[in-house]
Amino acid sequence: MMPDNLISALFPHGHTLSAGAENTLSGQARSGGRDVEVLGITNSTPLGPETAIILAGHVLKIVKSDNKTPIIFLIDTASQRMTRRDEMLGLNEYLAHLAKSIILAGMAGHRTISVLYGTAAAGAFIATALSTQTMIAVDGAHPSVMDLASIARVTKLPLDVLTEKAKKTPVFAPGVEPLAATGAVSEIWKLSDGLCAERLSRLLADNQSMNNDNRDVLGAGRGGRTMAADVAQRVEKAFVQASDLKKAG
Amino acid sequence: MEKFTIYTQAKSSLGGKRSDTLTGVVASGNLEILFERKGEPLAVIVEVMTASHGYQHVWEAVIKDFVARVSPGGMYISIHDNGARPDTVLLRLMQGARLMEARS
Amino acid sequence: MIPENVMNQPSWYESSARARIEGLLDAGSFKEILGPQDHVMSPHLALFDLPPAFDDGMIIGRGLIDGRPVAIAAQEGQFMGGTFAEVSGAKLVGLLRAVARNAGTPQEVSTVFLLLDTGGVRLQEANAGEMAVSETIHAILDVRHAGVPVVALIGGRAGAFGGGGLVTACCSHIIISEQGRISVSGPEVIETNKGVEEFDSRDRALVWRVTGGRSRVLLGGADSYVKGDIGSFRKAAEVINNNAPPLSLETLEREQGRLEHRLKAYGNCHDTPEIWVIAGLSTPAGIADLTEDDFIDLLVKEGVRHDAR
Repeated sequence: MMPDNLISALFPHGHTLSAGAENTLSGQARSGGRDVEVLGITNSTPLGPETAIILAGHVLKIVKSDNKTPIIFLIDTASQRMTRRDEMLGLNEYLAHLAKSIILAGMAGHRTISVLYGTAAAGAFIATALSTQTMIAVDGAHPSVMDLASIARVTKLPLDVLTEKAKKTPVFAPGVEPLAATGAVSEIWKLSDGLCAERLSRLLADNQSMNNDNRDVLGAGRGGRTMAADVAQRVEKAFVQASDLKKAG
Repeated sequence: MEKFTIYTQAKSSLGGKRSDTLTGVVASGNLEILFERKGEPLAVIVEVMTASHGYQHVWEAVIKDFVARVSPGGMYISIHDNGARPDTVLLRLMQGARLMEARS
Repeated sequence: MIPENVMNQPSWYESSARARIEGLLDAGSFKEILGPQDHVMSPHLALFDLPPAFDDGMIIGRGLIDGRPVAIAAQEGQFMGGTFAEVSGAKLVGLLRAVARNAGTPQEVSTVFLLLDTGGVRLQEANAGEMAVSETIHAILDVRHAGVPVVALIGGRAGAFGGGGLVTACCSHIIISEQGRISVSGPEVIETNKGVEEFDSRDRALVWRVTGGRSRVLLGGADSYVKGDIGSFRKAAEVINNNAPPLSLETLEREQGRLEHRLKAYGNCHDTPEIWVIAGLSTPAGIADLTEDDFIDLLVKEGVRHDAR
């Protein structure tokens, strides 16, 4: 099923989006007076090799056209598909290939933005929305790494104890707010306020050094990841100091 | 998690030049021990953080044995324990002391 | 079964992350960054009443291989399953960013070695761990973009699972041993979610046929296959040079073709021996039973090479 509400909220000035094989969507749209490419996953589909390779193929074709058109990803996936067959075929390579293709598009000058309108979890989240330069969460978005029940099983803690702990820290709880606090989600939009098309065109106009991954700095500012940015910066400084290996020992 | 610090004195300072060393891994039934050369030359300070509650007297006995064997004066020893047995603890302490005594 | 000269070598699988680093680098050349004496530890484990580690299970630094400066990072699979978490992840990300930033300067390194040994994201700090995986992937690609190869070495107890499987496949080159396993969802996770008939995680032979080093290198999920001793990993690391594919549109187009072909050719197979029959291997059912030498001979004979990733 195509996310018609979302599409009309984002692209009121027209589009050619259509559903493709394996719960994908693709096409072009107008935003802020320019053409954009749009790709997506529909129906909360667990991400398997078929869906991943179709999307990566679209992305690489867009990069090859060398026109630096922005790419908007509309994401409603689930976790990675969990079957023996997919793992046997090297699902990790398919997911990584999709992640690499999206990141390469960013490096090649395409503005990449994901709009999360459904679920996304674990490896599927990493391979899709988390590989774009900017992630937006809209109505219905529910990102997670793993649901609390599964975390409870692995950590051997009762679910109610875990739920209680989740109130104290955003560091492991599922949902838009905790993930925004760690820097994953850049902005949270409401479809009903009629401003999404305008917000999207504003994002597209803002293309200052988008390839600088500063999500850890964002997470520090929002209090969801207090150490990551600082530790990474300390390592960067120490790396240069450690380059004089003659003094090692 | 139980935390406590054991303060004791050695007869002599531990030899060697290394400023610090790490032995062991915080795996199940194992522990890691960080040795740092700092503080009074004869003082031995052992900071313990352990997942097993109620064994402080056992730790005190193991540390006493270790100090008698090695005389690790001037050592600040920090331990992260994930349920290691006393013989494993002593083994790792001896390993750490040996590494600190190394020439380089 | 295991020849004596191999048995007496220190095993990669059995060794700690620090022992692997010592064995991989030129003797005495390792210079650790943010080591245990810096006490940079996870602030989140206390909430779960779990003991932290002084290095958070991630050991990073610089060193030499055959006199060449390299950057190195090793996960300690015995601590919290070698998981990606806030601190462990930020150490790796910081190292990779530093390598990318210093490419072409006097501080540059020739190669990055990632000694992955991980169950994936640390669930006690799941969101921070997930972000660390994503940031690691971005940073690996920046390093490759700057012309520095990133090499994954897989052969530890925890394997390369979850986000670790994705990180592995983002590297320029993957060295693996028979014990090495690469996957996204682990067999236990699939069994828990989909039932034992989907994946029996206690069937060790099946687990290795699906995720293990031999299957991965034959299928194209790894590039170099080595015996399980540290010395063999070191030898493979010595010969890696800048022939590893750069991150480019051409490389990813070749990977697209390779992965499309795999799906078309083997998409209906249920187990790896069916794949080896279609691939025309001479001993499709007996891959797991070959000695290490015979398997390495087979790889040479088949001319298996997968350089598009």
